[in-house]
Amino acid sequence: MPMTPRHARPIAHPIILAATTTVLIGAAWSSAALADAGDSPTLARIAERGVVNIGHRETSIPFSYIGDDNEPVGYSIDLCGKFVEAIQAELELDSLEVKYIPVTGQTRIPLLANGTIDMECGSTTNNLTRQKQVEYLPTTFITGTKILSRADSGITEIEDLEGKVIGLSAGTTNEKVIKAAIDELGLDVDVVTVKDHSQGWLSLETDRIDAYGSDDVLLYGLVSRSSDPADYQVTGRYLSFDPYAIMVPRNDSTFERLGRVVFAGLMRSGEMAEIYAQWFEPGPTGIDMPLSDDLAAAFSSQALPE
Amino acid sequence: MNYNWDWGILFRDPYAGWILAGLGWTLALSLLAWTIAFSLGTLLGIFRTSSSALLRGIGTVYVELFRNIPLLVQLFLWYFVFPELLPDEAGRWVKRDMPYPAFTTAFIAIGLYTASRVCEQVRSGIEAVGVGQRQAGRAIGMTEPQVFRHVLLPNAFRIVIPPLTSEFLTIFKNSSLALTIGVVELTAMTRQIEEYTFQGFEAFTAATIVYSTVTFTVMLLMRVVERRTALPGTLSAAKA
Repeated sequence: MPMTPRHARPIAHPIILAATTTVLIGAAWSSAALADAGDSPTLARIAERGVVNIGHRETSIPFSYIGDDNEPVGYSIDLCGKFVEAIQAELELDSLEVKYIPVTGQTRIPLLANGTIDMECGSTTNNLTRQKQVEYLPTTFITGTKILSRADSGITEIEDLEGKVIGLSAGTTNEKVIKAAIDELGLDVDVVTVKDHSQGWLSLETDRIDAYGSDDVLLYGLVSRSSDPADYQVTGRYLSFDPYAIMVPRNDSTFERLGRVVFAGLMRSGEMAEIYAQWFEPGPTGIDMPLSDDLAAAFSSQALPE
Repeated sequence: MNYNWDWGILFRDPYAGWILAGLGWTLALSLLAWTIAFSLGTLLGIFRTSSSALLRGIGTVYVELFRNIPLLVQLFLWYFVFPELLPDEAGRWVKRDMPYPAFTTAFIAIGLYTASRVCEQVRSGIEAVGVGQRQAGRAIGMTEPQVFRHVLLPNAFRIVIPPLTSEFLTIFKNSSLALTIGVVELTAMTRQIEEYTFQGFEAFTAATIVYSTVTFTVMLLMRVVERRTALPGTLSAAKA
């Protein structure tokens, strides 16, 4: 078949021209949206869903717990609120819905790793083994493992637990540390596993266990909520070093950097100390723990300049 | 998904040992609970179909009470509430000095709960044998216990082997609820592996495979039982 001479051929087939134009416009449109999320899969997911999923704890007083009106409240929740504001600004959204998803010591890492939650705002210790699966924002609190017992039990250090029963919460660093200490010191101690802090408290109250081991601030929180706080005591040397931090997904440095920007800003401006004072000096739950030297140093050394 | 897989963790010491220890506790818990469930359930099934109104009443009250409260709530009540209702000495013994307090509470609670379900199955088996057989037995001079022993129960059990197998399998799965009161059975061990290694997905896959293997074995065993005990010419003669 003879070809039409060049001067008579159209510039491009009309359908192909229309299709190419549509593709180019579409690419420009979507890349404009992705420009807000950058290369962050977490931010892209948040922008697409229009929702930020926050993992919270139910009884980690005063970091993340269910308050009097059945909503999650706490020190970590307030800090995550600041982060959410920054996310909304970064993605330039008019409104960003926040959904709270309860997690436990066992489920927090799997839920973060598989994308069900975008951040975990609780009382999670930052350690290097966990960093194989998740990433952490700057340290927000420093604590360690101590022992809760009745004031008349005579238990002051872990060695006093010889021949007694201690309860430990499943999935916590405290469980590992106390079991290791018991092995190392060669003590004869019965260990009872409980599901969470409130069950540990119930076991102590009903005299099933003689002591409950957990982070000292959480123990103070449990005591402050009881009907007779004077009957209980938190004793012992620090058995572990536990820095708390907000958890975010791994392999997402843009999202993590955004979090670091937020925290550096809070620490530079002194707002971090104010939020701390709101919950700890004393807090609504009756805990009175003034800002320790270690934590003040942590806040100032993490207050990175712009 | 941001996750670092490491399947070798399951075969490394001490994690492999934990899985086996957990499996041991699960089997012990399930078998002891089944012993209670089967014996008590059969007794209650007989009660519910007996001619004595008193025995029928006892059976009905038991079943309605234990069947309508969720198992998790029952475990909680037996573990935390029951010892408080006992006199001080007895309560303290139950909470502290009883051998394996959490394990004992767990298998008794699960056994009692499952007994209410086994009772219903045995009762339907006995009723399926038919009122004619029962009356015939009485007519030739058997006492009621003899009618149950020689006519009703042998037929009833053969009829209800399939639903009893389901109950037996369910008990293996319900045993995982015992972890909420501190029994370190298989699911609890899996969670412990997750908290020490943060390789949760591998650990739970291992638990799934182990549970499935156990229940599959039980199912094959019950099928052999069904075939061996089938009476020639009855509906339960499983040719399949």
